[in-house]
Amino acid sequence: MLELNPKAPTGPLEQKWEQHKFSMKLVNPSNKRRHSVIVVGAGLAGASASATMAELGYKVSCFVYHDSPRRAHSIAAQGGINAAKNYQNDGDSVRRLFYDTIKGGDFRARESNVYRLAQVSVSIIDQCVAQGVPFAREYGGLLANRSFGGAQVSRTFYARGQTGQQLLLGAYQALERQIALGAVNMHTFEEMLDLVLVDGHARGIVTRNLITGKITSHAADAVVLATGGYGNVFYLSTNAKYCNTSAIWRAHKKGAAFANPCYTQIHPTCIPVSGDHQSKLTLMSESLRNDGRVWVPIAKGDKRGPSAIPEAERDYFLERKYPSFGNLAPRDIASRAAKEACDDGRGVGPGGLGVYLDFADAITRLGKQTISERYGNLFDMYQRITDENPYQVPMRIYPAVHYTMGGLWVDYNLMTTIPGLHAIGECNFSDHGANRLGASALMQGLADGYFVLPYTIGDYIASNKLAPIDTNHAAFKEAEAAVTGLQTKMLGIKGKRTVDSIHKELGKIIWDYCGMARTREGLTHALELLPKLKAEFWTNINVPGSGEALNQELEKAGRVADFIELGELMCRDALHREESCGGHFRVEYQEAGEAKRDDEHFAYVAAWEYAGDNAAQILNKEPLVYENVHLSTRSYK
Amino acid sequence: MKLNLKVWRQEGPKAQGALETYSLDGVSSDSSFLEMIDMLNEQLTMTGKEPVAFAHDCREGICGSCSMMINGQAHGPWKATATCQLHMRAFKEGDTITVEPWRASAFPVVKDLVVDRSSFDRIIQAGGYVSVNTGGARDANEILIGKEVLDESMDAAACIGCGACVAACPNASASLFTGAKIAHLGALPQGQPERDRRALAMVETMDLEGFGHCTLVGECMEACPKEISIDVIKTMNRDYIMATARRQAPKVATAGAG
Repeated sequence: MLELNPKAPTGPLEQKWEQHKFSMKLVNPSNKRRHSVIVVGAGLAGASASATMAELGYKVSCFVYHDSPRRAHSIAAQGGINAAKNYQNDGDSVRRLFYDTIKGGDFRARESNVYRLAQVSVSIIDQCVAQGVPFAREYGGLLANRSFGGAQVSRTFYARGQTGQQLLLGAYQALERQIALGAVNMHTFEEMLDLVLVDGHARGIVTRNLITGKITSHAADAVVLATGGYGNVFYLSTNAKYCNTSAIWRAHKKGAAFANPCYTQIHPTCIPVSGDHQSKLTLMSESLRNDGRVWVPIAKGDKRGPSAIPEAERDYFLERKYPSFGNLAPRDIASRAAKEACDDGRGVGPGGLGVYLDFADAITRLGKQTISERYGNLFDMYQRITDENPYQVPMRIYPAVHYTMGGLWVDYNLMTTIPGLHAIGECNFSDHGANRLGASALMQGLADGYFVLPYTIGDYIASNKLAPIDTNHAAFKEAEAAVTGLQTKMLGIKGKRTVDSIHKELGKIIWDYCGMARTREGLTHALELLPKLKAEFWTNINVPGSGEALNQELEKAGRVADFIELGELMCRDALHREESCGGHFRVEYQEAGEAKRDDEHFAYVAAWEYAGDNAAQILNKEPLVYENVHLSTRSYK
Repeated sequence: MKLNLKVWRQEGPKAQGALETYSLDGVSSDSSFLEMIDMLNEQLTMTGKEPVAFAHDCREGICGSCSMMINGQAHGPWKATATCQLHMRAFKEGDTITVEPWRASAFPVVKDLVVDRSSFDRIIQAGGYVSVNTGGARDANEILIGKEVLDESMDAAACIGCGACVAACPNASASLFTGAKIAHLGALPQGQPERDRRALAMVETMDLEGFGHCTLVGECMEACPKEISIDVIKTMNRDYIMATARRQAPKVATAGAG
C-alpha cells in the first residue's frame, strides 16, 4: 500500500497557503541555476510553469510533440477563465469561488487545494493582462465578465470565443522569451515515452524524436508532467487528436498513483455526431447557455421542424427542472438531463440524439448584432460543420466527452507518489472533484503553472540532496531499451487491423459502459471485453513503415495501447465507486432522477497503484476531510 | 462520392517528392477534409502502403497545425476556414483534388504534407511578447483599455500561426503573421515600452529566416482562416520605420550601486 500524505497545511483555511509558502525551503538565487527541471507539455500549465521557473533561474528543458509549443490543446478552450475579482460587485469572493468549485465538484475535491486555487485566481488575471492578453473590455475600459454554469455571479473573463488561445499565446510568448534568453531548452517534435527513476526519485525521461525516430534520454533534478487529459480514450471527444494518456500512464506504471480515473466530464453542448466518418467532436461553448435556451418537444417522436412546434408544446427542461440555475445548470447535470430527454424518445435530429439550443428569444430581445458580437465565431463554426444557420434555426446539440477530472494523484505541493515527479493542469486530479465547472480548467492550469509549482518545486529541490547523475546511468539505458523493444514489437505484428479501428472499438466500449450512465452489469461486461481488445491489439494491428522516420501510425499505436489499459482502470474505478457523484452516474444509485452520493462510504479519493502487467491495480484511499464546508446534497433547483 | 486525389508524397526533407494519384470512393459530403484524408490513410494502410503524413490536431480551426494547399489554394476553397473545418460538401462527385504542402523556403518539407514552421517561433522569440516576469503585476483594472482599441488588438491577436499567409504569398512573405503580433501588442498600453525594439527585432528576424518581402499583393489576407486584415502590415511597416528613425546605439546597462 502507498502512503498517501496530502500534506495539506494545518491552520485556518484562509492562511494555509501563506503559511505554507513561508514554511517551505527556498533555493537561493545563485543556486537555482545549478538545478534542472524537465517539463513535459507546453499547454497552459506547462508553458506557464516553464517560463516562470526559467524566470526564477532554474535550468528548464521543455518537451512537446507538436512542431511548436503554441499548438497545445489549451488553445481550443473557448469560453473563459474564472477569477474571484468581484469586479461586477455581485457578491463574489475567494470564499464563494472556493465554495462553488467544491459544490460543483460534488464534494469530492480537497478543500485546501481548491481554496488556494480560488486565492491565486485573481493574480492570474493581473498577470495575463500585464502580458497583453486582450480580455474583453467595456466601453469605459474596464474588464468585462460573463456567467458560466454552476455559479450565480458573473466572474468569467473572456477573449471573444478564443480565451484559451489568448491565454496560451500569453504563456507561449513568455516561454519563447525565456527560450531566446537561453533559460529554456525547448524540444519540439519530441514525445515522452518513459519516466526514469534513480534511487526512487524521478530523475529524467526517455523521448522519441518524431521526425528522426531517435530515442534519447534526458536527466534532471525534477520532472514535471503537464500533459493534459485523457478524454480521447473514448475515441470521439472534443479533445485534439493528439491528446493522450501515455506520459501519465507510463509514469503510473513506474509507481505514480492514478486518482479517480472514472471522473470524466461529458459536456452538454457539442455538435451531434453526423456519421461513421467522424474523427472528433466539436464543442459549442458553455457561454452560449447565457443566451440560448435548451428544449425538446413535449411529445415523444415529434417529427415536426422546430419552427412548427408551438411554444406550449416545448419542454425547456433545464428551466423546468432547475429553475434557480436554469440553462446554466452545471455540466454533468445538464448533460444527464439531455440524455434523459433523448432516452425518453424526445430527442431531435438524425437518430434522435440531439436537443435544441435556441437563440430566437435572445435575438428578439437583444438583436442579431449583439448575438453576433457575442458568439459570431461559434455560430460560423456551427454552420460550417452542419450546413445549418443557427441565426434562423435552433442549434442541435448533444453531450460529448470533454475533460477528465481524474489524473495522477498529487499532494498539496502537486507532487505525485513518486518523489520528484510533479503533475500540473488537467493531468493531475487535484481541484475539480467529480465534476469541473466551466471556465475552471484554464484557471487551474495557470494557477498550477504560474503560482503554485514554481514555489513548491523549490521546496522539493532544497529538501532533497540529489546525487548528480547523467544519462549514462543504467536506469536510462534500461528505459531506452524498454521503449525500443515496445516499438519493435508494435512494428512487427503486421496484422490485419488499423490502429484507428481498434481505437474506435475501445471508444465504443468505454462510451457504452463507462459514459454518462454506468451500471454494475455494464462495467463488469466492459472488464471482460477490454482484455480481449488488448490481446487483439497486440496480435493483430498493422503499423506500416519504420521507427526511424516520421511515422504517425506508430505514434498512434503507442497511445492506443496505453488507452486500452487506462480504459480498464476507469471501468474498475467506476465499478468500485458504488455511488453517483458529479460526472460519475451509477444508475443503481439515484433518488428522484438525481445523483445519490454516499458520503459515509465514498468521501475519499481513490488512488490506484500499479501492481504489474497482469494484475489489477491496488486501491488506496485518501479520506476527504471537510472542515469548512458542510457536505450537502447538491441542489440547483 | 468518388474522388481522384493527387497527393504530394515526399519521404524526407532531402528526398525528391512527387504527386501520386489515388482513387477514393464512398466519401460522405458531411465529412471534413481531414476525415477524407483519414479515410485515404486507412485504405493505404490496409493495402500495405504508407499513409500520408499530415499535420493536424484540434480539428476545430484554432491550433493552426493543419496546412494543406488544396487545388492551389491555401486551406482550400472556403473563405475564413482552415483545412480541418473545410467539409467535403465543397466538392462534387468525380472531382480531382490536388493536395500539396505549404511551399516556402522558410518552411522546409519534413515529410509528405508536413512542413517545419519553427521559423515562426523564432520570429516570436525575437520580440513577440511583453517582458513581464510572473508576479508583481498590478490589478488588471488599473490598466484602462477602450473597447475599440481592445477590439483592434484582438482582431490581430486571433492569428493561429498556421502559415497560410506565407503559402499564399507569391513572395513567401511572413508579413501578415509578423504584423499581426506587432499590431496586437502595439495597440495595447502594455505593449508600448518595447514597441520599437519589437518591430525592429521581429522584422529583422523575419528577413533572416528567409521569408520574402511584402509587395502588398493581398493573397495572405484572402487565405487567412482568421481573416487577419492586411492593415496589420501597414502597422508593422509604420512601427518599423518609426523605430528605425529613432534607433540609437543601445545604452549600456550599468550595475546598481547597491
